[in-house]
Amino acid sequence: MIIQALTLTLRLAIVVSAILMAIGLPLAYWLTFSRWRWKFFAEAIVALPIVLPPTVLGFYVLVAIGPLSPFGRWYQALTGHSLAFTFEGLVVGSVLYSLPFAVQPMAASFASIDRKLLDASALLGASRWRTFWHVVLPLGLPGVLTGFVLSFAHTLGEFGVVLMIGGNIPGATQTVSILIYDQVEALNYATANRTALILLFLCFALLTVLYGLRRRGTWNLWEWR
Amino acid sequence: MIASTSAEQLNVRLKKSFAGSVGPGFNLEVEFAAAAGFTILFGASGAGKTTLLDCIAGLQTPDRGQIAIGQTALFDSESRTNVPPSRRSAGYLLQSLALFPHMTVRQNVQYGLAALEKSEREARSREVLESFRIAPLAERRPGEISGGECQRVALARALVTRPRVLLLDEPLTALDAVTKAQILDDLRAWNQRNQIPILYVTHHREEVFALGESVIVIESGRIIARGSPHEVLQRPEAETVAQLAGFENIFDCSVAGSHPEQGTMTCRIAGTSLDLEVPLTRVAAAQPLRVGIRAGDILVASAPPQGLSARNVLPGVITSLQQQGAKVIAKVDCGPEFEVHLTPGARQSLHLEAGVRVWLVLKTYSCHLLQ
Repeated sequence: MIIQALTLTLRLAIVVSAILMAIGLPLAYWLTFSRWRWKFFAEAIVALPIVLPPTVLGFYVLVAIGPLSPFGRWYQALTGHSLAFTFEGLVVGSVLYSLPFAVQPMAASFASIDRKLLDASALLGASRWRTFWHVVLPLGLPGVLTGFVLSFAHTLGEFGVVLMIGGNIPGATQTVSILIYDQVEALNYATANRTALILLFLCFALLTVLYGLRRRGTWNLWEWR
Repeated sequence: MIASTSAEQLNVRLKKSFAGSVGPGFNLEVEFAAAAGFTILFGASGAGKTTLLDCIAGLQTPDRGQIAIGQTALFDSESRTNVPPSRRSAGYLLQSLALFPHMTVRQNVQYGLAALEKSEREARSREVLESFRIAPLAERRPGEISGGECQRVALARALVTRPRVLLLDEPLTALDAVTKAQILDDLRAWNQRNQIPILYVTHHREEVFALGESVIVIESGRIIARGSPHEVLQRPEAETVAQLAGFENIFDCSVAGSHPEQGTMTCRIAGTSLDLEVPLTRVAAAQPLRVGIRAGDILVASAPPQGLSARNVLPGVITSLQQQGAKVIAKVDCGPEFEVHLTPGARQSLHLEAGVRVWLVLKTYSCHLLQ
């Protein structure tokens, strides 16, 4: 039971943080360097999951992926089943829920890069794409790494959104945090404690590695590549 | 980025306005052509020199005008041409240098050569690393080398791409005189082989004379003088040029009287009762004026002099004497304080000390009226 929930949770966290890398990097780049006047609007939307109760987010995601919404109907027509109460549904909800945890550290570290370096890159004939890969990304690497680890750890520990859109199906949507809730409900305190300890240790280990790496500073981190 | 280096002229005509958060704002409006070789842009900080370079490099966009290298338009407000910085073939040495801190010296130098074959890239970077004497530093990072070395690396990085125009924004500030002279030598040697226009921004007089083939003096966004350093210094009407020409003594003054028959007029130095005879110049009566006098043009006498053609003999007291190399700098209180430069020999033979009474002698034509 624990192993099954743990595997599922890790799988979810890996998939979600990978997707957040793909979405988060361009989004963070855009939020940092765009001169669009309504940019603050986008920033507010990205930050929303930090303050919103997970149940609110979960509720709207549930509605959006259910058969009542055009997206839900489109998905059902395409795959033959609904997104609600499936692993894919959990992925969608978790990506939204952990988005700020990936994007904000990335955007903050991109913003701290000296703009003159970007000018210098352009003056040496580099395209924006080349500047991103050779200057922005390596110099923003600590923030990118932080974003990755935080979104991973945040997905490991999430509860409300998962409960709202995933329910509690062992092997499909039952994550470790849901399992703990389940065990406590059944007054199974000893097993709940074991499960909780695993999650506690996992999150602690992740954050220790993250802060240990950050202590080394940017350039040393880059040298490892 | 890679272009052949035939002698092409840089043509600039542009206007750019900045609305000021306080005050009337700032306007840059210039027109000039720079041939192959050094053109010095001289002016106080805030005169608009960096903005001008930014516009040529494409980092800032002018409101109106044209910028072209040879026949290639980089910017033209009429045809709405605005080539991005990455395709302007402009080598620009930013004041902050902007070396990539996470790359080695070699990687920095090769950054602009990405389009070349590896062998060509290696050959080019090796050549430039050697000609700027930084080959031994190739595997170090900018944080591990000295300020002068960083400056060489930044210069090498800009030059290795064989730009069609080179923009240098105060590239040698904060360097000691020896390092400065060495880098200038290397740069001059490079220019001998690669004839391209080089715009060199500075507010240091020595650099103007060391490199100056052509000088453009900018003040408050406008060109106020241009020509060879010699030509510009012959007519030092503006205060920026006066600083360039080395007027240690600049005083506010007003016209107190005019003597057309003698070819002179009398100017009262503001805040004092001191009058100076200066060459007759046509000025509006109420116009605020400044008079500039070089410290080396002033004679010092230890007794009241007689039988001189010089019109200005000012009694005063030496307040301080300071030796700087082979030069003695004396401050003399004549009402306003004058700076006077003497030789150590003159100091000895006249027994000059602080507190001694002296007479300063100024020729009329040593008093330059500045607008």
